[in-house]
Amino acid sequence: MSIGNLPFVVAALLVVFGIYAFLFKRNLIKLVIGISLVETGVNLFLVSLGYRTAGIAPIYTFAPEAERMVLPTPQALTLTSIVIGLATTALLLSFAVFIHRHYGTLDVRKVKELQG
Amino acid sequence: MIALTNHAPVLLIAIPLLGAFAVPLIGKLGRGARNTFVGLIALITAAVAGLLAATVFGQGGAPSLYVLGGQGFGLPLPSGLNVPIRIIFEIDGMGAFMALITALVTLTGAFFSFSYWRNRSGGTLFHSLLMLLTAGIFGMELTGDMFNFFVFLEITSIAACGLIGFRVWLKHSQEAGFKVMALYTLSGMFVLLAVGLLYGQYGGLNIAYLASVITGSTIDIVALGLLFTGLALKAGAVPLHMWAPDAYGEAPAPMSAVLVANSQASLYGLFRILFTLFGLTISVATLGWMLIALALLTIFVGVTMALIQSDIKRLVAYSAVSQIGYMLLGVGVGLAVSVAKPDFGFVAMQGGIFHMLNDAACIGLLFFVSGVVIRATGTRDLNRMGGLAHSMKWTSILFIIGAFALAGVPPFNGFASKFLIYEAAFKLSPFLAVVAILSSILLLAVFVKVFQAAFLGTRQEGLESDVPMGMMIPMVALALVVIVFGLFPGFFVDKIVTPAANALWYGRDAYIDLVLGGG
Amino acid sequence: MNTGMSLIVRTVTRLVYGLALVFGFYVIMHGHLTPGGGFQGGAVVASAFALLLVAFGSAGIKGHLNQHLLQTLEEIGALAFLALGFLGIGTAFFYNLLVNSGGLFGSPVPIGPNAGVFAAGGTLPLMNWAVGLKVMTGIAAIIIAMLVGARKEETE
Repeated sequence: MSIGNLPFVVAALLVVFGIYAFLFKRNLIKLVIGISLVETGVNLFLVSLGYRTAGIAPIYTFAPEAERMVLPTPQALTLTSIVIGLATTALLLSFAVFIHRHYGTLDVRKVKELQG
Repeated sequence: MIALTNHAPVLLIAIPLLGAFAVPLIGKLGRGARNTFVGLIALITAAVAGLLAATVFGQGGAPSLYVLGGQGFGLPLPSGLNVPIRIIFEIDGMGAFMALITALVTLTGAFFSFSYWRNRSGGTLFHSLLMLLTAGIFGMELTGDMFNFFVFLEITSIAACGLIGFRVWLKHSQEAGFKVMALYTLSGMFVLLAVGLLYGQYGGLNIAYLASVITGSTIDIVALGLLFTGLALKAGAVPLHMWAPDAYGEAPAPMSAVLVANSQASLYGLFRILFTLFGLTISVATLGWMLIALALLTIFVGVTMALIQSDIKRLVAYSAVSQIGYMLLGVGVGLAVSVAKPDFGFVAMQGGIFHMLNDAACIGLLFFVSGVVIRATGTRDLNRMGGLAHSMKWTSILFIIGAFALAGVPPFNGFASKFLIYEAAFKLSPFLAVVAILSSILLLAVFVKVFQAAFLGTRQEGLESDVPMGMMIPMVALALVVIVFGLFPGFFVDKIVTPAANALWYGRDAYIDLVLGGG
Repeated sequence: MNTGMSLIVRTVTRLVYGLALVFGFYVIMHGHLTPGGGFQGGAVVASAFALLLVAFGSAGIKGHLNQHLLQTLEEIGALAFLALGFLGIGTAFFYNLLVNSGGLFGSPVPIGPNAGVFAAGGTLPLMNWAVGLKVMTGIAAIIIAMLVGARKEETE
């Protein structure tokens, strides 16, 4: 259990907290925050996959002298995931606004008209 | 023409995207211009899909390749390296088959929606979202790269939820849209976590490359579990099916069939991962029986929940959920015996895969008919409808065709695929075939109830005459597909389904060699 | 109608808004040399728009940020991106036709650590601009739609 494993532990904790918030919280906005936490945890996991010990940023412009660079591919994956998370959160919050307009409440236990 | 054939995989995604981005601009010119443009895009997309399928099936189901942004579209390995570094589309028999299904459903859905939106506003954004969803579904089916698959998965999730919650003046659709979007996002996050695990372990994202270096280590099993959960959630297998009745039931009628194609595309993703990515490095017997257990649960729960519904669209939605179970059953039987590969395993795969096409056509037809019925009577409750057969003769005939085909009555196409599944499942274990046959009979009972409630009975006042031609033509087209595929199943199974089943069952080495061996 | 925040906030916003826009455009334009690019720069510009919206309220920006203009620009950005993808269709989709060719953005690309050549990279900087335009107008349109929609509900 070395210090290098710490980012992965934090990412796992974020995902667990996010799923807990999604399952057990009652306010719709808190559900959206829970989903956002899960996305953040997964993004942190993806970025920390690329780290190489004593590596520098993978940019050639004015690059300092160093042995190696960190991998750039996980950074591209994370950026794509952040963009997708933005679109998802925007859509979820729009639905929350309309639900409040129709039902008058944001309590997820009262927004249960579709059953069976 | 040659160039069109070569570039067909990427054109299949780029043309709907072009349509999606250009429709709002053209929509400012008026409704007629927009309808013409969308119809043109849909026809061109269907033509390119047909061309792609003809190419792939013409070379006997051998996979074909498209490299994005490289020195040439057929060179997967850049000079001097022996791992693929670009995004590669790889289409084998199964991918071409799924592209055909998507093209059929999208074409009929687009044409049905023209007359659906005739008297209402907001159709421009609707068509834009529809084109985006089409591009996403094609992307999921054609790609050979794991992260690209995730990106297209999320595109379809966002576009599908935008379509479900499109009618913002109905409060149920907003609730359905929120629930479905939350669950789709969680499934996408599980898939991304699994892709990250596989990338960290092996350093590559290409499916063929991962398939050549994968072992069955613990992290791979964890990744497989995450992928299985995420994709089964998106496909709508029980016990993760809670979103499906809301989604299919609350979407506008032209779109429910395209949402079913969406679920089938994630089912295709699951099959691709189980058969091609992992292959025999995992314990296929355990996984196959897990698939079979899920399939039986889905079939049974779907049909029994459909029995008690009084809302016509939710009823058809539950029957759609149960049909996903038949596809899982066929392919699950095939997976469970794929070590020894006996003959009945191949027959089961053929049945499961053929049922994807039949189900898409029948469910599309049933959703269109229910949309027409809701529009004519103004209500969704079965108890308040009645007597539609007097004024809507063609619609009732089309409903009978769709319902009998879905329940597996000969001579329609549902019987052909279900018979293959029954036969093969019986050889594995008789219990499976018994549950499947009983559920088909229950489904027939459900549809007879619907027919009696909605179409038979005394004539009601104030009902318009039968539907306009714009809505009739797509429904008749789907009914023709149902009838023709039912009368000549052998021909279609040989030409289309067998290359697809071959690609999953035997084609893992060909898939890997095309990317890593050539170039 | 919301009239925004106090005089101090509005004055500081007027001073900072131009700088934020310039910084955002810088991040978009230099995406092929330094960290940044289309989405990152577009998000910075959109946050400048959001600052404007928060400081002046939906009443204050009525004439300045028109939602229809934003949506039209967004579609133009998306179509430009697809057109750049189709540019190299002779070889493959997304093929970089302009790199190392001597034309627009066609200077030879240096290999290894260097001082950064702006006019190199082919279609990449152009794609950065298209994506940046789409992202900045798209996020601004989302924010305005949500804020104005929510305000309209309060006054009903």
